Amino acid sequence: MRKVLLPSLIIIAASLLVMRVFYLQIVDDSFKLKSENNAIKKQYDYPERGYIYDRNGKLLVANQASYDIMVIPREIKENLNINEFCTLLNITKEDYDKRIAKAKVYSPRLPSVFLSQLNKNEFAAFQEKIRKYEGFYFQKRSLRDYEVDYGANIFGFITQVTEGLIAKNPYYNSGDLIGQQGVEQSYEEILRGIKGVKYIQKDKYNREIGSYKEGKYDTIAVAGEDINLTIDAELQKYGEELMINKRGGIVAIEPKTGEILALVTAPSYDPGILVGRQRSKNYTLLYHDSIAKPLYDRGLLAEYPPGSPFKILTGLVALQEGVINEQTTFMCHHGFSYGRGRFMKCHGFGPHQLHNGIYNSCNTYFAQAYMLTINKYNNPGKAVDVWSDHVKSFGLGQFMGYDLPIGKKGNVPTSKTYKKIYPNGGWRSTTIVSNAIGQGEVLMTPIQLANMMATVANQGYYYTPHIIKKIEGKKIDAKFTTKHETTIDKKYFPPVISGLFDVYNMGTAHALRVEGIDICGKTGTAENYAKIDGVRTKLKDHSIFVAFAPKDNPKIAIAIMIENGGFGATVAGPIASLMIEKYLRKKITRNDLEIRVLNKSLASEYAKLGGMTEASAIESTPKDSVMKAKIVKPKAEIKNIPVDTTKEN
Amino acid sequence: MKNQSVKNNIDWISVFIYISLVILGWLNIYSSSLLSTEGTYQKQLIFIGCTIPLIFVVLFVDGKFYEKYASIIFGVSLLSLAGLFLFGKTIAGQRCWYAIGSFTIQPSEFAKAATSLALAKYLSDTQINLKDVNRQVQALAIVFLPVLLILPQPDPGSALIYSIFIVVLYREGLPSWYVWTGFITILLFVLTLVLEPYAVILIALGVLIIIHFKGRAVDRNILLSGILLAIISAFVLSVDYVFDNIFKQHHRDRFNILLGKTVDMKGIGYNTNQSEIAIGSGGWIGKGFLEGTQTKGGFVPEQHTDYIFTTVGEEWGFAGSLVVIILFVGLFLRVIYLAERQKTKFSRVYGYCVAGILFTHFFVNIAMVIGIFPTIGVPLPFFSYGGSGLWGFTILLFIFLKMDANKVNEW
Repeated sequence: MRKVLLPSLIIIAASLLVMRVFYLQIVDDSFKLKSENNAIKKQYDYPERGYIYDRNGKLLVANQASYDIMVIPREIKENLNINEFCTLLNITKEDYDKRIAKAKVYSPRLPSVFLSQLNKNEFAAFQEKIRKYEGFYFQKRSLRDYEVDYGANIFGFITQVTEGLIAKNPYYNSGDLIGQQGVEQSYEEILRGIKGVKYIQKDKYNREIGSYKEGKYDTIAVAGEDINLTIDAELQKYGEELMINKRGGIVAIEPKTGEILALVTAPSYDPGILVGRQRSKNYTLLYHDSIAKPLYDRGLLAEYPPGSPFKILTGLVALQEGVINEQTTFMCHHGFSYGRGRFMKCHGFGPHQLHNGIYNSCNTYFAQAYMLTINKYNNPGKAVDVWSDHVKSFGLGQFMGYDLPIGKKGNVPTSKTYKKIYPNGGWRSTTIVSNAIGQGEVLMTPIQLANMMATVANQGYYYTPHIIKKIEGKKIDAKFTTKHETTIDKKYFPPVISGLFDVYNMGTAHALRVEGIDICGKTGTAENYAKIDGVRTKLKDHSIFVAFAPKDNPKIAIAIMIENGGFGATVAGPIASLMIEKYLRKKITRNDLEIRVLNKSLASEYAKLGGMTEASAIESTPKDSVMKAKIVKPKAEIKNIPVDTTKEN
Repeated sequence: MKNQSVKNNIDWISVFIYISLVILGWLNIYSSSLLSTEGTYQKQLIFIGCTIPLIFVVLFVDGKFYEKYASIIFGVSLLSLAGLFLFGKTIAGQRCWYAIGSFTIQPSEFAKAATSLALAKYLSDTQINLKDVNRQVQALAIVFLPVLLILPQPDPGSALIYSIFIVVLYREGLPSWYVWTGFITILLFVLTLVLEPYAVILIALGVLIIIHFKGRAVDRNILLSGILLAIISAFVLSVDYVFDNIFKQHHRDRFNILLGKTVDMKGIGYNTNQSEIAIGSGGWIGKGFLEGTQTKGGFVPEQHTDYIFTTVGEEWGFAGSLVVIILFVGLFLRVIYLAERQKTKFSRVYGYCVAGILFTHFFVNIAMVIGIFPTIGVPLPFFSYGGSGLWGFTILLFIFLKMDANKVNEW
């Protein structure tokens, strides 16, 4: 028996091997294909990316030729003159070693990018000698060529695809370019076109011997399509100029269509710096600037308690719910008492109706109106939900569905919100009264503010804001041509609009009038705090201003938010007037305002924030607002504009 | 006269298979290194040329020499392995080579023949009875001494080969539970990696209960079964622990690929994946000599050494693979047949060792290449590129063929 073990083992083992080999070679035929794939080279033909124009057909973004130097590490000959090679490409020997090592890690036999995005001049000298350098070849690419030095946040930029994306999306291969942020991202598939692919058969010596199966599987590249944006290039440019030395966002919308006319964030950068060989260096700089955050689109992402502009909605909801009418009068004694010994301050004095309530921005008036709205129902929870639904019909508290890849929802509280804050109940209209004046749990982004104003201008409807005007030969998404009606009846809008109009005539924006243009607007201020040296410190308020014009047949609705800009009418207000005049008249008559805004710098204000990130610096959380209402520290606006503006001068 | 006797008595079947394998090996090395500039196939031709004088030396040495000097040869071999720690050259993290100029030599390739001689010599003493525990320990010590020197180089592939000596010892009377223990250990190890450790313990419990009630009355020893279960549980849990905590990730990956747990075809799975593609694309008769696209594309790493069988599979197909496997199996069975008819215990044991060592290399290498064994560096005898390996295997085989040819004189 003992003699049999080894021969048996040998026979069993050999049978096992034969069976496995049989399986691999005969049964499973997938390996043939895989081996063909190995021996077939795919060559891509990248189409030119679509151009980007503004709403008037002005060319904003075009293309320029660029060259990537590719390398297949194992094909490099040993006699390569590295010194000459490096001199031609203007790189150091260490750089060369590092790049080759990196390429080898990826694959010694597959091509990888050795040096990317050389421009024509950089490439010219190298091109003559590239034949000498075996293992290296070049790939022509088209890169963005920016015709303007503004709009970086709108365009986004082009970058190499990440490994993660390659794994997720089979269209992309290593080294491919892809749009990131802005319209380059949201319209990536339209702008990029479809790359063509040629399958090339290689022989046993790894030489190319022509196309695979007579090009049966080859595809032709489809060029990217041009797009027109809804942006007005002149207005965008002007907006960015006005925002120099300030931080904040401007969003301007055409009310009749929902088209975004301008989307400004400050600070911004010249889109041209993210092209070419300096790209990654510059991007790193921008990315790591955690104080000014130039890559953070404040127009879309900055969430703040809206402050006074929210009174517009408080009034409209109260009218719709029938708890007030135009004649309803509340007395204001520089504020009013409510609940048990609580007091909300106000700069106003005397009787207020809706009209002067709006243009004086009377806290008392809107707080009373809000409490009536909430007290209308026996159950404050139900009342808050009714109010919440009204407010949300203006696009608040949700991603609005616009065609840019980033956004914030903002916040509109519901009964659930307060159940969480007050698990034992006991909250009433007085508890949440700061919502009335936009200081409660409500948070809005500038684009939501602008959309709210567009809705008011339209007297009760809006189109989803969008930035795409025209795609060559295609219709834009139907959701941008679908009307959204609010829950407020049309008849309640004219009295509110008339109040907003008198903000300019008699109210808080008196000094900002533009002769010949009927502007309706509202100032606003958002409190904010920062931790400076670990101490919670109140910083200068964020300046907010919303407006639309002209009063009849509105052409532009606008929202402006300036970080630490102070009272709404000091910085944000003048910018709104200038932007509106620029758009409607194409020229500026209020030169005094223009000079003031252009010279205004908030640098000293921002210096206080020091090296902190904005995220940790600015905290204006809903909870704080609730607390504020409890401890009777209501929000007060500065009383009198002329004084204030001269002070600023 | 001696020449005459060797020529007449040498086993020409084995010699014929040997020559066939060496020639086929070189053809495949030629194909897989045709595009390489390192002169691989030229060097291998020189190595093959050197085997001719080597074979003559082995055959002309007196037949008694190997038995007489087995201990000395073994001692020298152990010294050469130990010397690596002082004078060895490290290549790819392994300290396995002596370097003389640009020429390197791997002593572990020769240690296998030396260990076989030493074991044969030890067992040739008719007084030795492997039922005796002391004898078992001594015999196993001969096997484990070189393993102890090879493992830390680290060269787990070469060390693994020595496990076949258990089978040789079993042939010479080692109790069967050694083989069973070895077999069950491997089984438990694999099961633990595939299943959860507790599932394996449950299975072991079930098997023990069945044995207890169905087996012979003698086996019904609750205490013994309990101890056995405890040992199995401890082993299973420690395998689990060692695998998760002591193994490095690349060790784990090698097993996980086989178990289908990791699918990273660009990283660790690359070698196995590409070698499977190469072999799998061969079909019935292969793509033809020098026509393998995988081979030419250089997709399979180390193709001329450990992965040489992929070239056979791709260019010669199932037919070629079968011929190579049959040649090897024929050689092993022939050597075992010759060993069994030896008149001295010394040459019988040695013959067994030769067949066992060659077989283990053959199985581990091809099993790895076709993806049923973890990636472990073991050359395919007579096929893989490399002088030390070729010479080591040649010496190993031809010492036995010399003994076999000599048997006539012993009559």
